[in-house]
Amino acid sequence: MNYLPQHIAFGLLAVMMTLSAIKVVTSKNVVHCALYLVMVLAGVAGIYILLAAEFLAAVQVLVYIGAIVVLFLFGIMLTRAPIGRSRGLDNDQRALAAMVGLAVAGLLTAVLLDGFGDQRINITEPQRSADVGLEIFQSYVIPFEVVSVLLLAALIGAVVLARRD
Amino acid sequence: MYLNQFLLLAAALFSIGVYGVLARRNGVLVLMSIELILNAVNINLVAFGAYHGQVAGQVFALFTVAVAAAEVGVGLAIVLLIYRNKRSIDLDQVAQMKG
Repeated sequence: MNYLPQHIAFGLLAVMMTLSAIKVVTSKNVVHCALYLVMVLAGVAGIYILLAAEFLAAVQVLVYIGAIVVLFLFGIMLTRAPIGRSRGLDNDQRALAAMVGLAVAGLLTAVLLDGFGDQRINITEPQRSADVGLEIFQSYVIPFEVVSVLLLAALIGAVVLARRD
Repeated sequence: MYLNQFLLLAAALFSIGVYGVLARRNGVLVLMSIELILNAVNINLVAFGAYHGQVAGQVFALFTVAVAAAEVGVGLAIVLLIYRNKRSIDLDQVAQMKG
């Protein structure tokens, strides 16, 4: 099977995501960082489509782009971050951080190339949302319930932390 | 498609996120870098799920999305509290617990 369209789409998405991610961690404008984060998250949704995980792509757009980015924008506004360019967003250990980041990237690349050299993903048909639902409620019911309790606990915790007495 | 192309993209996102966590001192920007790291993990989970032809990878990615949402909620509440107490979210100034 010829995967040329998928390879082209992957290449475009990968370039877009990497450049946007670099802008997220280097941009001098806090609001621009949030908007570049949207680009990265949309690219991740595209990667899910390429991997035939359509339900997860929808969840990615709804939860991440729809909810979490809005939460970030509210966080930026409520902490009265300077909306324009601002200095002092980075601390004085950027060189060290870049070294650590490059070391992590090099190590992971070496390990992955060594471990999964030319293994291929053969996607014959999309994984249906119904299969995901069945898997959650047949094999992973208890983790699912634990996650819902965790969300409730986080909700209550956020309200308790953020309210004014 | 190669399995490695997805894993290497996720590794790149992860490393950029690690750089962001270490180099930023604005609390909201550190949380954004953590989101980059969590998305890299999700790409790995879904890629391995597709590699093995199982849905379990997607299920775990869904759980990670839920945990990430909880993390952002509590994290931003903490950042707001720091801002309210110190009028700044510069993480270098939050050093009361330093010995």
